[in-house]
Amino acid sequence: MKFRPLLAAFAGLALVACGQPADEPGTATDELVVITHESFSIPDELKDRFAEDTGLDVTYQTMQDTGSMVNQLILTKDAPLGDVVFGVDNTFASRAIGEGVFDDYVSDARAPGGPESLPGLTPIDFGDVCVNADLTWFEAEGLPLPETLADLTDDRYRDLFVAPSPATSSPGLAFLFTTVGAHGDGWLDYWRALDDNGAITVSGWTQAYNVEFSAGEGGGDRPLVLSYSTSPAWTIGDDGESTTASLLDTCFRQVEYAGVLAGAENPDAAAQFVDFLLSPDVQASIPDHMFMYPADTSVELPEEWVRFAPLADEPFEVSSEDIEANREQWIQEWTEAIG
Amino acid sequence: MRAAWWMIAAVPAAFLAVFFVWPAVTIIHRGFHDGESWTFDGIATLLASQRAWDALWFTLFSTTIATTLCVSVGVVGAWVLYRLRFPGQSVLRGLITVPFVLPTVVVGIAFAGPHPVVGIIAAMVFFNYSVVVRTVGALWAKLDPRQAQAAAALGASPRRIAFTVTLPSLVPAVASAAALVFLFCASGFGIVMTLGRGEYQTIETEIWFQTTQVLNLSVAAALSILQVIVVAASLWLSSYFQRRAQVAIRLLPESAGRASVNLRRDWPALLVTGGVVIGLLAVPLVGLVVRSLRLGGRWSLDGYRRLLDEELLGAIGRTLTTATAAAAIAVTLGILVALVTSRRPRSEAGRSWLHVAESMFMLPLGVSAVTVGFGYLITLNRPPLDLRSSIVLVPIAQAVVALPLVIRTLLPTLRAIDLRQVQAAQVLGASPWRVLRTIELPALGRGLGLALGFALATSLGEFGATSFLARSDNPTLPVLIYRLFSRPTGDDYAMALAASVVLAVLTAAVMVAAEQARPGEVESW
Repeated sequence: MKFRPLLAAFAGLALVACGQPADEPGTATDELVVITHESFSIPDELKDRFAEDTGLDVTYQTMQDTGSMVNQLILTKDAPLGDVVFGVDNTFASRAIGEGVFDDYVSDARAPGGPESLPGLTPIDFGDVCVNADLTWFEAEGLPLPETLADLTDDRYRDLFVAPSPATSSPGLAFLFTTVGAHGDGWLDYWRALDDNGAITVSGWTQAYNVEFSAGEGGGDRPLVLSYSTSPAWTIGDDGESTTASLLDTCFRQVEYAGVLAGAENPDAAAQFVDFLLSPDVQASIPDHMFMYPADTSVELPEEWVRFAPLADEPFEVSSEDIEANREQWIQEWTEAIG
Repeated sequence: MRAAWWMIAAVPAAFLAVFFVWPAVTIIHRGFHDGESWTFDGIATLLASQRAWDALWFTLFSTTIATTLCVSVGVVGAWVLYRLRFPGQSVLRGLITVPFVLPTVVVGIAFAGPHPVVGIIAAMVFFNYSVVVRTVGALWAKLDPRQAQAAAALGASPRRIAFTVTLPSLVPAVASAAALVFLFCASGFGIVMTLGRGEYQTIETEIWFQTTQVLNLSVAAALSILQVIVVAASLWLSSYFQRRAQVAIRLLPESAGRASVNLRRDWPALLVTGGVVIGLLAVPLVGLVVRSLRLGGRWSLDGYRRLLDEELLGAIGRTLTTATAAAAIAVTLGILVALVTSRRPRSEAGRSWLHVAESMFMLPLGVSAVTVGFGYLITLNRPPLDLRSSIVLVPIAQAVVALPLVIRTLLPTLRAIDLRQVQAAQVLGASPWRVLRTIELPALGRGLGLALGFALATSLGEFGATSFLARSDNPTLPVLIYRLFSRPTGDDYAMALAASVVLAVLTAAVMVAAEQARPGEVESW
């Protein structure tokens, strides 16, 4: 047993390495844990002001994407990861509501209009996923802009369209819902027609927009891309006009909600945070920080948005229940038929 | 004596049990047991699903081809980078590790051109080339050249020397590297997700889909078991070759056997390695740098300038802190495991037991990060182990992933110690402690720089397990890159590419430093 000093040294090292004390659980009620996804972003001044005004010690914890965040919340509903969540969207909401992930609280701190609330979920922002077109390209080719989903299967627009894959990307999945909303049970036939007309799918939005799209950073060779209705606000040319436009008859609406988690240690503070997200300052920061429309429609939008990033009048809709019941099957059918 | 070894083994075993086995087993159990009764629907669903068979087939197909290619060009690369001598060599050794840590989004952009299957396999080779070069090279550099010289003096042709002397000595390192590459390819989901466009699935991407997107835990559990079977089979195969080839090799200080470049002799090796380095590594990396300098069709430093506003230094600091903590844990535990599993028990049972133990520590590489990440959520959720939201969980999760690499890097140097050297020491009256101190630890020291480098690199680029853990909203560099890429504005794209270049440079610097900072070489007897 001459190994003792060495052993002790190693054991000590290991203990130092892994033995940092975790947060003391449940000792104070002035702590608030906010669960969000990676796209959550509000100005630091506003975060600081909220902490000061309420005297709360706020921790923000980010999860990778909406789907995995919601499923993690469901998996941990008996011992919630935090007090309040931001970023549950209308495609994932119904399952989480059905699993009893949220408390009842719905904030009334916003002007009327805008998206409806769901049980336990307050809408914070929303936006449309639409097909975008490279105006410069269409002008140079002398081709009229396509307008509808049906136009995308027209021979004149052969080999022009690129979309992120529904199986690997959330805007891609939103486009799958668009086609379900438009064609019902015939949605897969529509995809086959798209496929026959030379449409391609790539892994994610970045590849589609910034690599394949002709007006994106990569200068690809496809002038039609699936993106957001707000994208044209970031392609403003030297003449002050946007070089792209979104096709407003091809849109699916995404709404993002906040909700107090059932079993939260600090439900009152959680409710305060939901109200805070609806406060005029936070709502006004949403276009520049989260690239979505604020749920409070009385908030003034940036000028480029008013000019170049209009919302669809009648986006396609698929009910949250329908999505939840069929998400897996639709993706698998898509993969088998198109992928 | 034996009790001491048991106690040393207990530390890493406990770590692995708490931070890997328990979470993984719990989440798989949840898939088969809904709280009241057992259900095996997941397995039935899986067996009946064409998609699952396709995923299994594609996993085996792409991984086998990528591993074969990677080992073939990697062994040649190990010769050039570790056995020859030319200026700029150590920088080049650092550079080839860069791909290992690049975010898969970046790799996806670089390899998006050709057919998805070609792209996936090329990207797998791109990622893992350095694993083979470094694992094989580290051993090759220290091979005693006198054996080959003796063969040459006795009239053996260079070819005969290669096949009868050199390559057999390298088999343990090659088998070890091949197993690592196989596991990395089979469990890496980023490449297949980015380049497969949803058309091609592996077991890993299916687990990701079933777990994170539709929360079908029973099918995910069945898939996890399938994955463990594949991993166990590959580990068994690798260990079979290693055991068959386990020969004591004479090791010398690194510089001893290195030769200057001789173009007439070395041109094929230089050509292959040059081709790989330029075609597979330099072109994508230069392309990345070029793209990071373009904005709106013009040359611009804007991406970098704006990156500085985005708390770049803070992100670098956090990245390095996390990586250092993870590497400290992984290297400490790795040394313990390597010491224990390199024992040479006299009994057959003891030897098999050690092989099983060694394989257990390889499992984290092959088991899905999603499974482990989601497992953390339902296991480490109550005091005293409520670590789900604690910042220590990220380096711990990274250490779990880095540990196999550390062990695989350290073990060959320990195993290569000639048993007679140990016996001679014992005969001369050295205590076990003295043998450890004067023979084994110095041997270990030779692999330490490499092990540390790999541990740091794994952590710097790790975006598997940690992406399923809650993080504070102060991002590390890989997280920052991911965030910037998903923002829908042009200048953020330039920033994301600039941040990827920064990560690449940081990694290369760390690897070169780890390479230099090795403890001084110890003379062999």
